[in-house]
Amino acid sequence: MMRNSRQAYGLVAIVLHWLIALLIIGQLVFGTLMVRLADQRLAFELIQWHKSFGLLTLALVVIRLAWRLAGPLPSYPPTLPGWEVRSARIMHRLLYGLMLALPLSGWALVSVSVLAIPTLAFYLVLVPNLPLGVSEGAEDFWSAAHRLLGYAMMVLVSVHVAASLRHEFWLGNGLLWRMLAPRRSRFREDPSRNFAEGRSVDAAQAQRRRTR
Amino acid sequence: MMARLTGIGLLLALPAVAAVSLGDAAGRYVINESGSTIAFAIPKAGGGALTGTFGRFRGTIQINGQNIANSRVDITIFPESLRTGESRTDAFLKSDAVFDTAHEKEIHFRSNAVKRTGDSTAVVSGPLTARGRTGNESFNVELKDLAKGAISFRVTGKVLRSRYGMDVGTPIYSNTVDFDMTLAARRG
Repeated sequence: MMRNSRQAYGLVAIVLHWLIALLIIGQLVFGTLMVRLADQRLAFELIQWHKSFGLLTLALVVIRLAWRLAGPLPSYPPTLPGWEVRSARIMHRLLYGLMLALPLSGWALVSVSVLAIPTLAFYLVLVPNLPLGVSEGAEDFWSAAHRLLGYAMMVLVSVHVAASLRHEFWLGNGLLWRMLAPRRSRFREDPSRNFAEGRSVDAAQAQRRRTR
Repeated sequence: MMARLTGIGLLLALPAVAAVSLGDAAGRYVINESGSTIAFAIPKAGGGALTGTFGRFRGTIQINGQNIANSRVDITIFPESLRTGESRTDAFLKSDAVFDTAHEKEIHFRSNAVKRTGDSTAVVSGPLTARGRTGNESFNVELKDLAKGAISFRVTGKVLRSRYGMDVGTPIYSNTVDFDMTLAARRG
């Protein structure tokens, strides 16, 4: 129930997945809007919350990565073509890399900024800067890096969501469903049925979808 | 805020001077902008402070030789002249988040009480007006020099930003602003 198995994601992995997903999407929206606000006071406060949630995201990603490495991963459906399995693995590694790099680049940006604004996470915890040299050049570099990594994250999240929806609603193999409920993710050999226990997909309909 | 500090400094200096040579100190003085500095520091979480100065201000000091308590200081500071050494910080402090210099052109201090605290020190109090809000503030003043119609004071004090709607960034930046001013004035 809590841990992953070869057939299903455990509750911990599922909760971490959706919590981090919510944080990342919120941070992308926050980050895009806060630098375009005319109200400087609101912009300053949003940036401080952006820093706080970014550090929280980084901490959760590290926990999630450790959790993933410590236990098994559910298998891919045997009906999935090899190229899709390889693509999924590459996509997941890229996502993990970005989930680490994006908040780290933000932390680096804060650390090298000549504005030297302290990071008081959630207005409670003073977070030290990374040991990097403060300069306008370094600030420009990390600002550009953080922005570009943010755009890359938007692309990867969009592809990830689109792929999940395709598997769920086009191929009907229940890959999305098994990230929703730990007990509903038992793998089915029958490709006409999804992985979700209790859910059934009409075999003929699924076959039609695959042959379109 | 800087302006009010300056005014306070002058008032305080007057009582102190009076103790040494009140007859010589009595009269009206005009603050000399080029010989004065109005500096501020806002402590930051984790240490250090955001520091800056106001470059433009004006004011007068009226020293009552018969009764120092009746002396007056009137100072106006122009927040558009603030400098921190970092243009983005300047722009932020001048924005509607803090001083709103597009709409609020002046900060004003007018003393209404002077209390001598030593041979060369005093406390000057009075209303400070910034961004349309008025609060009563007090500043410590020390007479540093008095010679040939010129007088100078060191003025220090603490002002709460929140009283004037400028509390953005607390507690990352302290709500308390520390002022440290040198005010030079000439009889005139």
